[in-house]
Amino acid sequence: MAEERINAEQVKHVAELAKLEFTPDQLDMFTGQLEKIIGMFEELSKVDTTGVPVTSQVNDRRNALRDDVAVQSNQRQALLANAPETAEGLIRVPTIIDESGDGE
Amino acid sequence: MDFFNQDLTSLHADLVAKKISAAELTQATFDNMAKTDAKVDAFLNLNADAALKNAQAIDAKGINVDNLLAGIPVGVKDNIVTKGLTTTAASKMLENFVPVYNATVVDKMLANDMVIVGKTNMDEFAMGGSTENSAFKVTKNPWDVSRVPGGSSGGSAVAVASGQVPVAYGSDTGGSIRQPASFNGIVGMKPTYGRVSRWGLIAFGSSLDQIGPMTRTVKDNAAALNLIAGNDVHDGTSSKREVPDFTAGLTGDIKGMKIALPKEYMGDGIDPKVREVIKNAVKQFEDLGATVEEVSLPHSRYGVSAYYIIASSEASSNLQRFDGIRYGFRAQDVKNLEDVYVRSRSEGFGDEVKRRIMLGTFSLSAGYYDAYFHKAGQVRTMIIDDFNKVFNDYDLIIGPTAPTPAFKIGDEISDPVTMYMNDVLTIPVNLAGLPGMSIPAGLADGMPVGLQLIGKSFDESTLYKAGYAFEQATDFHQATPDLGGTN
Amino acid sequence: MNFVTTIGLEVHVELKTNSKIFSPSPVQFGAEPNANTNVIDWGYPGVLPTANKGVVEAGIKAATALHAEIEQETYFDRKNYFYPDNPKAYQITQHEKPIAHDGWLEIEVDGQKKKIGIEEMHIEEDAGKNTHASTHSYVDLNRQGTPLIEIVSKPDISSPAEAYAYCEALRQRIQFTGVSDVKMEEGSMRVDVNISIRPAGSDTYGVKTEMKNLNSFNYVKKSLEYEEQRQQRVLMSGGQVQQETRRFDETTGKTILMRVKEGSDDYRYFPEPDIPVVEISDDWINDVKATIPEMPGSRRNRYVNDFGLTPYDAGVLTQTKEMSDFFDATVAQGADPKLTSNYLQGDVNAFLNENKVDLQDTKLTPENLAGMIKMISDETISSKIAKKVFKAIMAGSDPVKWVNDKGLVQLSDPAQLQPIIDNVLENNQQSIDDFKNGKDRAVGFLVGQIMKQTHGKANPKVVNKLLMASLQAR
Ligand SMILES: [Mg+2]
Ligand SMILES: [Zn+2]
Repeated sequence: MAEERINAEQVKHVAELAKLEFTPDQLDMFTGQLEKIIGMFEELSKVDTTGVPVTSQVNDRRNALRDDVAVQSNQRQALLANAPETAEGLIRVPTIIDESGDGE
Repeated sequence: MDFFNQDLTSLHADLVAKKISAAELTQATFDNMAKTDAKVDAFLNLNADAALKNAQAIDAKGINVDNLLAGIPVGVKDNIVTKGLTTTAASKMLENFVPVYNATVVDKMLANDMVIVGKTNMDEFAMGGSTENSAFKVTKNPWDVSRVPGGSSGGSAVAVASGQVPVAYGSDTGGSIRQPASFNGIVGMKPTYGRVSRWGLIAFGSSLDQIGPMTRTVKDNAAALNLIAGNDVHDGTSSKREVPDFTAGLTGDIKGMKIALPKEYMGDGIDPKVREVIKNAVKQFEDLGATVEEVSLPHSRYGVSAYYIIASSEASSNLQRFDGIRYGFRAQDVKNLEDVYVRSRSEGFGDEVKRRIMLGTFSLSAGYYDAYFHKAGQVRTMIIDDFNKVFNDYDLIIGPTAPTPAFKIGDEISDPVTMYMNDVLTIPVNLAGLPGMSIPAGLADGMPVGLQLIGKSFDESTLYKAGYAFEQATDFHQATPDLGGTN
Repeated sequence: MNFVTTIGLEVHVELKTNSKIFSPSPVQFGAEPNANTNVIDWGYPGVLPTANKGVVEAGIKAATALHAEIEQETYFDRKNYFYPDNPKAYQITQHEKPIAHDGWLEIEVDGQKKKIGIEEMHIEEDAGKNTHASTHSYVDLNRQGTPLIEIVSKPDISSPAEAYAYCEALRQRIQFTGVSDVKMEEGSMRVDVNISIRPAGSDTYGVKTEMKNLNSFNYVKKSLEYEEQRQQRVLMSGGQVQQETRRFDETTGKTILMRVKEGSDDYRYFPEPDIPVVEISDDWINDVKATIPEMPGSRRNRYVNDFGLTPYDAGVLTQTKEMSDFFDATVAQGADPKLTSNYLQGDVNAFLNENKVDLQDTKLTPENLAGMIKMISDETISSKIAKKVFKAIMAGSDPVKWVNDKGLVQLSDPAQLQPIIDNVLENNQQSIDDFKNGKDRAVGFLVGQIMKQTHGKANPKVVNKLLMASLQAR
């Protein structure tokens, strides 16, 4: 219990990954709460999972594949209408400076 | 009118006999809602104009005598998208969001002549167990308006429990149908993962989420599940298994049924008064000719941790699309792209949602993935194995739905760990993808207590069969809250 | 000091399917902005992806062409990052269990053959397209969800020339499977390169730099050449190469620093919960393999052994699947292979270069080309007339009908030609005298006269024979 599981610096880093920002007060609150919750997660380390496979899905499907047939949605106008900013059929955003976001 | 004294069968008979028209039923529903919902705040958004128009069209066409749900008013949780009808998931992020398509379950409701009267309140993005995390209003428990209705489908539960609608649909990722059903004294079913299409359900934990019905009786619930179940080409995880008629086999006869009672579900963390109610339920089942034996689900206690890692991780990814660019909330006076992202998300999401996003992002991040996300996936496998072992010998598992009856509004909201522990009994079911149902089993200090029935994969029928037998033998489902005044 | 160069390539190839990988929207180049999008492509609340069977099958074909081992069970993962062209803020890709791994390609540089290993090949979705202006950027999601295969090489490439040859070999083999047009100019093949150097004898790799989204093989080669030398200069001067992403400047031929990499990016990969596992049985693989078109190597052998073409000609004809298919189809119509090869490499190629078009964008069909070549072979038309017929078939005309309509069938019947020859001789006594006096040029003049009278249709061989006989007789 004594060791620190997550500190404000890490919380800030995780917030950056998640595109969130906190005021100093919020940072304090979230750090304390996350510390407590992650403390609870530590109980998993008591479970011996050697050789146990991971379950990441519980559906009963295999090869749920769609035939390669194109369907034109005709949803363009409705979709553009919901966007905060558009121009000439395109979605508009403030200029992208950081080109490195492209992960591919 | 309210829906305290009529079930779907009697309502349907009245509609077929033209004692009341669908339009009159819809109007009466809205009239009652105007009085009742002012006390409990179950609805976020009403669909009055369209609902009345739909009801008139149904009357013009005639009530389908084979469809118990034709002309029936229904409430829909606000994380299920409805074309043309604002859908917010109780988040500021989607405050003015009007979907351009219908969820598959909504298409099925409309195709089967149900009348959608409104969208029900919930914890923001279904994250919470009290409906206090709604960005817009706090729904109250009709049995005691100083108490929470549970969550996250608190609005749907209260809409039914307060007699505003006979059927509402909710979603359940870790107990979000069953726990509010328990807190409100109604029937709530979380179907097997893959039984119901998730197309149009705003995703929280994609490997856990299921839509399910909330009703006053077991038979009503079975009929309401019939309507939405089945494979959907839009959801690759939806099962291709044949869907049985869930209302068939409701005979009240469960002689010889083998029921398991996990000792972990009756331990220290459970309110003694809740345990008492469950013990009486066990006796009731034995009286009905079933055998009930104690079993063990040794890893179920790790379910909460595994669940909060898995669900939050999936949620952290699912909720990244809310970025202020293509729809939904965008912060004002943004200077650059980073601002659009960070400020829109920081201003648009509430604290609980942020907490889950942070937990999930952390659990997946470099250096922590193995200890958290990967480990949780392994523990999930062990929880599934526990269930499989029990189901080798038993037809059904029973236990309490929640460790306590409904708690006071404001009591737990500031303490996430305590709040998360409320889900300890419902979570393992989602992790394993099994069907789980909560039915009214009695009262503790005047508040409803739910009995949870857990079945084998795709064996909802056995839950309905056992639940129906219990319901017929008891009168807990007939108890109604006293909202004061004219109700 | 001598250095050893190590190069790795990651190549993205857009697949030519009807619909997108996870949504049924059409895959189509050059549509109106956002016209080919739906709620899935926009990452709307509540939507779910459904995987396209055609993409899995294209993956099986590509993997086969790359001699790669296909996974019996494969699944998708999410790669999380925020970017305006990435609507869900995650890309559905394959990280843990890509569809195929451990393949190879054979390349040839300066007559030396070498096998380059392929680490893995996975299928994934492409992002939309951002365009940038001064105060705003604009997002078009038409490309969002276009299926891609990404092919990751092993670090077996040891020179920019080998990298070039690898790209060529990869492009050629993928193109022959038919799963992609592999058009660099439409961005349907994009190359990321990384390069490091280390002193000869050292067994630890040097620090690598990378360049992304190169859209021509020449840029691949040139940027690597520049980078190889830049890194050498850095090391020779006692400096250290930094791990960084650089951009190739096409005008200066230099690479420019874009950003220094601090640690690796944190994409928080995890298995995609919305798409069930894909099982690929041997039967399925065999069924798909049976539909893979013949690969270029096999075609070259056939052209040399069965058709008697030179290895050089066979090589030229198999540079693109389009050309090779066209050649095969023309020969299948009964055209002489040698003549077909000559026409495709000669007049047809000249036409394509002149008009800057692809073979498939012209009106030429294998039927029409074969029709013309058969008329040349059986002497229905003269090579002179063939020039005109060629123009006609490039404009879409049926050669047989066109020749008949224009009355351009070659005159080979001596009974028809003899009177014309007699007539020409009667009117050109001077030429006959010249011939008798040993002036061979006179024959050319007489042939010209006969051609003139027959509007070029006379069969030159028959004319020559009849004329010589008539001259001798006089
Ligand atoms: Mg890559
Ligand atoms: Zn890629």
